[in-house]
Amino acid sequence: MFCVPVAIPLSDRRLIFITGKGGVGKSTVALALGLTAARRGLRTIVAELARGDGRESVFGPAGNGDSGERRLAPNLFAISIDPQLVMEQYLGLRLPGLLAARLGHSRLLGALSLATPGLRELLAIGKAWELSQPERSIRGTEPYQLVIVDAPATGHGIGVLRAPKTFASLAKVGPVAHASEKIAATLADRDFTSILAVTTAEEMPINETLELDAALTRDGLTLDAVIVNALLDQRFTTGDDEHLAMAAGAGTAVGAGSPAGGGTSAGAGSPAAAAVAAAIACARSEHRRALGQASQRLRLGPRLLQRTIGLPMIYGPELPREAIERLATILDEMSA
Amino acid sequence: MTIRELLAGKGLCVCVGPGGVGKTTTAAALGLGMAARGKKVAVVTIDPARRLADALGLDELDNEPRQVPAERLAGKQLDGELWAMTLDPKRTFDELIDEVASDPEQARNIKGNRIYREISGAVAGSQEFTAVSKVYELDRSGQFDLLVLDTPPARNALDFLDAPERLTSFLEGHALQMLLAPTGFGARLLAPVFGLLQRVTGVDVITDLTVFFHLLGNMTTEFNARAHAVDRLLHSQHTAFVIVTRAAPDPIDETLALHRALHQRELPFAATILNRYNAAVGDLTAEPETTDGDPGTSSASGPTAGTESAALLEAQLGPALAARVAASVADHNSLAARDRAQLERLTAALDSEPLALVPQLDDDVHDASGLLQICEQLFAQS
Repeated sequence: MFCVPVAIPLSDRRLIFITGKGGVGKSTVALALGLTAARRGLRTIVAELARGDGRESVFGPAGNGDSGERRLAPNLFAISIDPQLVMEQYLGLRLPGLLAARLGHSRLLGALSLATPGLRELLAIGKAWELSQPERSIRGTEPYQLVIVDAPATGHGIGVLRAPKTFASLAKVGPVAHASEKIAATLADRDFTSILAVTTAEEMPINETLELDAALTRDGLTLDAVIVNALLDQRFTTGDDEHLAMAAGAGTAVGAGSPAGGGTSAGAGSPAAAAVAAAIACARSEHRRALGQASQRLRLGPRLLQRTIGLPMIYGPELPREAIERLATILDEMSA
Repeated sequence: MTIRELLAGKGLCVCVGPGGVGKTTTAAALGLGMAARGKKVAVVTIDPARRLADALGLDELDNEPRQVPAERLAGKQLDGELWAMTLDPKRTFDELIDEVASDPEQARNIKGNRIYREISGAVAGSQEFTAVSKVYELDRSGQFDLLVLDTPPARNALDFLDAPERLTSFLEGHALQMLLAPTGFGARLLAPVFGLLQRVTGVDVITDLTVFFHLLGNMTTEFNARAHAVDRLLHSQHTAFVIVTRAAPDPIDETLALHRALHQRELPFAATILNRYNAAVGDLTAEPETTDGDPGTSSASGPTAGTESAALLEAQLGPALAARVAASVADHNSLAARDRAQLERLTAALDSEPLALVPQLDDDVHDASGLLQICEQLFAQS
């Protein structure tokens, strides 16, 4: 549609990791992709890594369920992963109840985990991994066929992906070191995990996408696809724009209104002429922005462009839910 | 209120806000505008993309402020001076350690400790802390009339506000320090817990922490004194917090959370600036209710203006192109309606209008003329 169509592998992967700069629509795309998979009958969960800023999760307030897994639509579930809660869950699996509760809640443990390199990130990715396993470790939970991780902004996203490896090298022994190695191997296994970046075709988000690609490569991981969001339609050609420029010039210079056949009130300076001038300015602005997007997109370079999926700007004063459903329909046409 | 009035008598303007809203550009434009009005201004940023440096034509922004050369300002005359600096958080943190350490040896040992490296490099908040700490030094030096601080691209805006406290409460953890003293009563009491933690995580955090606090020694006091002084500066009437944001659901949510947080911490909130705002343009399809009464509407619209201008447009452009222009306007106005709803939500929640609405520009800002364009928008409206 906008770019070379690349198939997003929705059926044969268990874990899809989505990252990108703030403000590019990453969470919307993650949910849309989740909805696409769910509509195809895959039991899917979208795991949002907690923002920890006191804002409500995109899924609304947390439920009271033990596992925190909530149903959004048929086959579609959501969870907000909070490292603190994961820590308690994890300790609960390994320690007798009361001691686990004490240790999990203690501020001391909080301070220590703060000082432990990558522990918070490891807990977050560890939970996503647990969700993706055919045999879940939390009692009373069912496995998922697809886990989509809505990861934090790029820099932190890399931290999360790197955590298992960092940790495995720091911690030589013990259950966590063992688990870290397993998780690191899973993340590097392209048959199991894919990593997607969401961006807009603007300077800074494209920069971050390029940095993400470089950082992943350094870590031996691969950026499987880039989703360029909010692309404008190429509604006007260069010829159109010249035509518009001329019309705008004529409108302001001599007031082309009257000879062009408008009513008597449609001369230069009339409300109608002003509206026409504003409309033309609006159209030309859209054209310039579309051109800007096209040139920003090219900065991704030939290798990434081959893996680029374009999503259109969704217009209309809709609810987020409607935007997600429309994007899901578009993604469905593009996905394998 | 105008931006000029808002910043009158202020020595520090802190720009906070969600990521991806154009904070750096706004900070630079504010600085430029105030410099044009006679102030000696320094814009301080952590800008990994070097966008500020590019926009201001500075090849090298290092850890010291540099004056922006006059020829880079696209003919704009400044009555004052514009300076800029990019902070290197790691370097600033190291400098801070050098400054408060009792001798070079202590400084060296601390900088080599793993816990220190984690804190100075990776822990959320340390970049923010170093940014404010540097600004505090500049403020104390009295070199500038006004400092404009562009806050780092934090995971979320609240990180910035809590950074000094988070860091000091960690360093100040007297209880923790006592517990960690190798011979202390606490260490014996908690040994099983630590042992357990170490067994589960496999990381010998305790040894690192113990060494770290031992090394810090009296420095903790110095460090805390600095953090408290920074905290006082942020709370003083000398400082103004400006929230830079965008009219979209998430940024507005974050703005409201940020505003509450400023209020709770008794930090001096001054104003919001709304970037990348899509204002409605006169509708061509005679549906005046979509734009009626919109202060952002750039042309008059009435029940007849729509159809009349549609006819005029078609006469000028021919039916095919006119239809596409009309479609473009309709799409734009649907975005404008969305933005307007968010603007209204923000205004209602804060009980005040944003100080300025900066329109969505056609190009990314990458040079001084782009910056000037924003600057005009900011200072013209208020």
